[in-house]
Amino acid sequence: MPSPEFDIELQLLIDAIYLKYHYDFRGYSPASLKRRLTAAMNRFGCETLSQLQDRVLHDPMTFPALLDYLTVQVSEMFRDPRYFLSLRENVVPWLRTYPLLKIWVAGCSTGEEVYSLAILLREEGLLERTLIYATDINTHALQKAQAGVYEADRIAGFTENHRKSGAPASLSDYYTAAYDRAVFDKSLRNHIVFSDHSLATDSVFAEVQLVSCRNVLIYFDRALQDRAVGLFHDALCRKGFLGIGSKESLRFSAYADSFDEVSREDRVFRKRDAA
Amino acid sequence: MSGLDAALRGIEGIVIGTSAGGVEALSIVLPALPANLRASVFIVIHLPRERSSRLVEIFSRRCALRVREAEDKDVALPGTIYFAPPDYHLLLNRGPQLALSVDEPVNYSRPSIDVLFESAADVYRDKLLGIILTGANADGAEGLYAVHRGGGITVVQRPEDAHSPLMPLSALKRTTADFVLSLDQIAGLLAALDGGSGGSLHLQQKET
Repeated sequence: MPSPEFDIELQLLIDAIYLKYHYDFRGYSPASLKRRLTAAMNRFGCETLSQLQDRVLHDPMTFPALLDYLTVQVSEMFRDPRYFLSLRENVVPWLRTYPLLKIWVAGCSTGEEVYSLAILLREEGLLERTLIYATDINTHALQKAQAGVYEADRIAGFTENHRKSGAPASLSDYYTAAYDRAVFDKSLRNHIVFSDHSLATDSVFAEVQLVSCRNVLIYFDRALQDRAVGLFHDALCRKGFLGIGSKESLRFSAYADSFDEVSREDRVFRKRDAA
Repeated sequence: MSGLDAALRGIEGIVIGTSAGGVEALSIVLPALPANLRASVFIVIHLPRERSSRLVEIFSRRCALRVREAEDKDVALPGTIYFAPPDYHLLLNRGPQLALSVDEPVNYSRPSIDVLFESAADVYRDKLLGIILTGANADGAEGLYAVHRGGGITVVQRPEDAHSPLMPLSALKRTTADFVLSLDQIAGLLAALDGGSGGSLHLQQKET
């Protein structure tokens, strides 16, 4: 359990990271940050956060490693299969009406969600006309995402999720097994642009028909959640769709009135026309 | 005893962790909580997703208090029981405010008892009551130690009575328990956390 000084040190460290590296964690929910930083202190052999701050400021190797502690989420493919089923039922028919599609996966981490969407779009015959923007603040995670290689022992879970998502075929059509790895089809990647982007400090970069951002907002405080959802709102075209995590909500958001619920249970929303 | 008595009256947060046999144990313990409880109650129980999603329904019927599934960024209300949702860790920010995460499982568990207890200890310090009930793994031992270090009160179900003794035994091995009690005695302790008068507690403290 953190010492009483930990809160002070936490604020100082977050400010130091912002001033030196321009990564902005000031709007992150503290409880998770504290856990991750406690783990990082152990990893770097620091007894206090102040010691870790010293390392972060003066040892150039420390920050990239620390960033992994602060940001990397391990996700799974087709996590919450019903969400993807809902996309097939509620969003895909509307996407079909567009000759060219743009989709934004915000906070894509190591890419599981991006490949899930790419596979779903291929199954629905839409991938060839789609460009997916996959963004994250962690360039190390983005490199992993770009590689599209996952541990073989995770594939059984991915396959089960995929099946429950209303898939017409088997997930095995989309990867080749190589030793203890599964390498996902390179042709999926031709439709994905991986890019460094921060929901805390960057702005909108394209107009899109769908934003999928799941289990990212729970790491933000309410103000940063509002900023992120504001970006999604501005990026979405008229009547565009937004998908969020199964325990995330727009209820208390500044944008609560800017979206209609399409599927409450599956957290699929649709941009409302301005009054 | 009188020191603990006073400490119990100052309790603002209660955290409970359990796994195998947990629904049955909670069915004895939770209905004892008085309707005028000032504290908020947070519970992690390891369960398959299908059963877990029915917890609110099951315990709403049996408890005098509000029972809810924890929602991200909700302010913790007094006299309310919050269950961690399946496949999410439940943590607390200052406020206290509830926060969920999908960070990697801890002790193969998500939600993890350690994660909840450690963040609750940080927020509530000596105004926290931590309770470890029956369970078949060691999750919660570190968490209860954090409650103890923060000055909170620690309670462990008597291992010989527990459906699965491993979780209580692991907790007792890791930290000092202020009370080692049967489920009925834990129910008695919780019933005495009356938001009004604060009756006297007649409980056997563990001899250490």
